[in-house]
Amino acid sequence: MPDATGLELIAHELRDADGESVLGTVFMHGRATVIAEPHRVHGVLEHLKDRGYSFLASLHGCDYYPEEPRLGVLYELLDMHEVDRISVKARLHLDAPHIASVVDLWPGANHPEREVYDMFGVVFDGHPDLRRILMPEDYEGFPQRRDFPIGGEPVLFTYNEENYGKSQ
Amino acid sequence: MSATSDYRRREESITLATESAGQGETHELLTLNIGPHHPATHGVLRLLVTLEGEIVRDIKPIIGYVHTGIEKTCEDKAYWKVIPCVERMDYLSYYFNAMAFCGAVETLLGIEVPPRAQYLRVIHLELNRIMSHLVWLGTSALDLGAMSMFWYCFRERETILDLFEMSSGQRMHTRYFQVGGVIEDIPQGFEKKLAAFVKDMPNRADQYAALLEQNEIVLQRLRNVCPLDEQTLLGLGVTGPLLRAAGNPWDLRKAEPYSSYDHFEFKIPVGTVGDNYDRFRVRHAELYESTKIIDQALQGLPEGPHITTDRKVALPPRHELATSMEALIHHFKLVTEGFRVPAGEVYYPIESPRGELGCFVRADGSAKPARVHMRDPSFVNLQATAPMVKDAYIADLIATLAMLDPILGGIDR
Repeated sequence: MPDATGLELIAHELRDADGESVLGTVFMHGRATVIAEPHRVHGVLEHLKDRGYSFLASLHGCDYYPEEPRLGVLYELLDMHEVDRISVKARLHLDAPHIASVVDLWPGANHPEREVYDMFGVVFDGHPDLRRILMPEDYEGFPQRRDFPIGGEPVLFTYNEENYGKSQ
Repeated sequence: MSATSDYRRREESITLATESAGQGETHELLTLNIGPHHPATHGVLRLLVTLEGEIVRDIKPIIGYVHTGIEKTCEDKAYWKVIPCVERMDYLSYYFNAMAFCGAVETLLGIEVPPRAQYLRVIHLELNRIMSHLVWLGTSALDLGAMSMFWYCFRERETILDLFEMSSGQRMHTRYFQVGGVIEDIPQGFEKKLAAFVKDMPNRADQYAALLEQNEIVLQRLRNVCPLDEQTLLGLGVTGPLLRAAGNPWDLRKAEPYSSYDHFEFKIPVGTVGDNYDRFRVRHAELYESTKIIDQALQGLPEGPHITTDRKVALPPRHELATSMEALIHHFKLVTEGFRVPAGEVYYPIESPRGELGCFVRADGSAKPARVHMRDPSFVNLQATAPMVKDAYIADLIATLAMLDPILGGIDR
């Protein structure tokens, strides 16, 4: 992990390359996070990739309900030579959950991006094959969002099929 | 020239991937569905395979058949009740799932795990790694037609499961790891039985090698079959034995030691070309290295508590409940509400038998996690199937899938 100072230096570097790319930095529990502007996250990641953080360890989503902007996409980057990790976070509003795909930088981002789309409804622009991956193709709604109820899915069994929903 | 060698000569004279797909009358493409219920897919994995004759031209994995929404369920559970849920993700490496989650929560809480608990964790993690590799070896050999390997591997696996039963009362999904340490100290007789296993295991691994290493069929099926180079693997996010088979010695136990792994001496087996044979050899060599780690951990097992003494996180010992009012209150609070974790986010990666298993936990200050995500290595590694098996025989697809070692419980979560 870069320390708190190292993180600021990286943030400076990113701001030098693109003035509006970094919204802030968080250093907590030894974990360095760059909060990136969602429209410029591709450039930020590309810069960090060229800087040595060349391995995309994980890509996942998070719902920050009731905070705004609600959705978050997190990229965990790894520098295998320096054994150093940094994470990049982009926060998106529910009404326009669009972000650039990074499949062109890391082909391995394909499945994780599909999962984030499936679970949170984040649209990755430029993804070659953005379909649901874990849920059925015709499924409606995004189950990992915080306002999606647990147990909201009625379970039908053949034995109670006829009486389902009727009062006893 | 004997009939066999003539056959071999003709077989080797066939060149693959020289003609472009789907041209002319003889090059009709066939789309074949394999799975989701097929013994060779090692779980409910469905593959859409485009074939030209017997040669695979394209492959699309379709997953989600065992998606049970565990990550969603975790958001509705107190932190200590999440452990049994995450254990059921990758069902062959339950100790690793628990370790990743507990490690993440411990980082958020900022609590120290006592040395004895760290060593006990290492012992169980490495036993679990051997167990997982044994299941992989047995079932993969079965896919190649070597029936007896399955029985031998499952014999040793049985010994490991007996050890798990001794320490935790469960053979699988043991819930042995807790936030702050392990639930109970190891019982009497455990060390003796474990020492016997550690002594026995290298010989058993030698026997597996003797059965497979000089087996003409196994060598023909594995050597130079479906290799994939290091750079492609890194781009695809592949970690674990698959990456090490291609020559990259990346192992989180060495690179970013957690749970006292830096106290032990062990080597990281690496391959050279990254074909199926290297994948097989790397995992087989890891059986010896894991045994070495267990031996060292057992010899140097420190005395002391097996779980943190922080009563806000760990349950008080049973005898204190009868004498201490405070212990009773702590017990009541932990069992009813659970402990609260200060707000924050953490990503805790560990080296599972299949690669980097990372647990992302977001805490919002309450007693339940706001988000639990597992970066499961099988889910990411599965993407490497298509580039690996492109322009290979369909029979080699089965062998490659076995050497990939995907666990569908971890993929679908």
